Amino acid sequence: MKWLLKRVAGAMFTAWAALTVAFVLIRLLPGGPMDFMRAQLLSRGERGAQSSERMDAIVQAYTNIDPNKSLPEQYLEWFVALVQGDLGMSLWHNEPVGNILFDALPWTIFVMGTALLLTFTIGCGLGALMAYSEGSRFDYSSSALFTLMNSVPYYIAGLLFVYFFAYNFDLFPPRGRVASGVELSDPVAFYGSVLYHGALPILSVVLTGFGGWAVSMRGNSISVLGTDYMRVGELRGIPRRRLVLNYVGRNAILPLYTSLMIAVGFMFGGSVILERIFAYPGIGYYLVQAVNQRDYQVMMGAFILITLAVVIGIFIADISYNVIDPRLRANEAD
Amino acid sequence: MTVKDDQSELPFETTADVDVTRWDQVVHFADVWVTSPARIVWDDFRTRVGLIILSVYALMGTVGVLFYPVPRLNAGPRLVGPFENFEYILGTTATGQDLLGLMIHSTPFMLNMVIAGAVFTSTMSVVVGTLAGYKRGRTDQILMGLSDIALVIPGLPLVIVLAIAIQPENPLVVGVLLTINGWAGLARSVRSEVISLRNEAYIEASSIMGLSTSSIILKDILPNIMPYVLINFMQAGRNVIFASVGLYYLGLLPFSGLNWGVVLNTAQKSGALNGFHALHWIVVPIVTISALVFGLVYFSQGLDRIFNPRIRARHSKTMESDSPEDV
Repeated sequence: MKWLLKRVAGAMFTAWAALTVAFVLIRLLPGGPMDFMRAQLLSRGERGAQSSERMDAIVQAYTNIDPNKSLPEQYLEWFVALVQGDLGMSLWHNEPVGNILFDALPWTIFVMGTALLLTFTIGCGLGALMAYSEGSRFDYSSSALFTLMNSVPYYIAGLLFVYFFAYNFDLFPPRGRVASGVELSDPVAFYGSVLYHGALPILSVVLTGFGGWAVSMRGNSISVLGTDYMRVGELRGIPRRRLVLNYVGRNAILPLYTSLMIAVGFMFGGSVILERIFAYPGIGYYLVQAVNQRDYQVMMGAFILITLAVVIGIFIADISYNVIDPRLRANEAD
Repeated sequence: MTVKDDQSELPFETTADVDVTRWDQVVHFADVWVTSPARIVWDDFRTRVGLIILSVYALMGTVGVLFYPVPRLNAGPRLVGPFENFEYILGTTATGQDLLGLMIHSTPFMLNMVIAGAVFTSTMSVVVGTLAGYKRGRTDQILMGLSDIALVIPGLPLVIVLAIAIQPENPLVVGVLLTINGWAGLARSVRSEVISLRNEAYIEASSIMGLSTSSIILKDILPNIMPYVLINFMQAGRNVIFASVGLYYLGLLPFSGLNWGVVLNTAQKSGALNGFHALHWIVVPIVTISALVFGLVYFSQGLDRIFNPRIRARHSKTMESDSPEDV
């Protein structure tokens, strides 16, 4: 279990460091949130905004940062508030940022998590198939086709889907996460509606994404198929099923794990564009909305939550990697 | 060439007596650096197709800009469909701008941005990955800790936040900004390549011979990871295109000069998504973008096959003949 503790500590350190980067962004960027907020309050003619003390108090109420204190103190107060789940106040909505974003986060995780898992699974499966029929017409044509699909940006596929299936053919909803009026008390209708609304965003990521995994998986599988231990396994008469899953599957998938971890960050970051195109109120949607409304608290809150989601996603991938590959655990135990 | 007396004793510093003319040198240089690589690239179907596509874009961005007129507002009739009017072969926008012209005159901006981003990613990842992998120990820990942090900060949100503060307009700056933390993943892969190289006999030999770290890295390690980096250079280019077009489309980067994302953004704002009357206005930029990405990815896949013998380990013959009989 020592390796697990080590991983947890590592993930927590990374999370802390990434949050510190967020603080630096908030505090130090020229024309960043703090200055902007001040200017906005002034232009709005907020009551008592003329006196700088009153102004500082307002800024602190919104951002959890008291401009009068020293930098380390500011950092500490901001961080303590953050750990307690306090992301500050939204200037635009005039309510706690947490109220807006905590509600949105699960939806982003649902769409992006499903999309990532499907992309990875389908890609690996097809890649293995391609490797087994290497050199066949299926192999060549699907390599080219998958690469072509992989060349279309996911949000462009999304754009086309919205254009055809939502706006012009009216087959799927063009916006929203669930039909209005459908409550959780009717689970079948609720989850059905959730899937119906999530289908196009998920599909646009999966269709444009799996090709890249398939091509890498194909390469890895071919190199495993050429190894000596595969030959020995065949000669020993090990059942084909076990050869395919344990010998080829495991060894070919392991190198893909690094890419999988990178993909977690890309996926959650990509929610910014995807959710905007589908008008899907997840966390990326609110981030872009906040940028357009110059609502920096919501923007940074979304930034922080997406970062934390990525830390957790990578952590899960890392743990499962350790579970699949016993060599790592063995090495670290020494 | 004359041989100096004081050097004639030293075994490695004696020069050959044969005269090599300047022309021979040029021919040899061209063979090693131009002809041979070109032949190898041309032999593989993927790299050939990729190279042709990339050349078309390179020509568009350099020569095309000089010869094709700048598309002006209201220069032509509004919303001409593609292949209807010979003067505006890909059609026009709602403001009468020639779409082909828009595509061509956007190319320099896009190419500058893509190259800047890809160069930045590759350089950063090679420097970080090589140092970490070769030095190991404390350096390794610090550098990999940094890249872990860069890895968890989601790229697009970070770019959006930074873009508000920096307001980048120069395509080169935009390119670097878009890949500001994109180097981390590649740095990790470069590091593991370097670690496995480090244990090779010839590198151990170099270090026993007392060669300096910098010369081992430059002469023994870098040439071996270059193919790998080149392939990832293409991938980085793909990421820059994806990110930039998306952000310009949503209007999250300040517009400066023409580019394909901006064209999509104007199309969407003018209501091209409602109905089929302006379909070409969306499809033309999409095809332009996707074709360039396809060229990059296909080229890099071909390179991967050329450089990476593992992928063709099982049926090495298929590489030469590419025919199904070998299976």
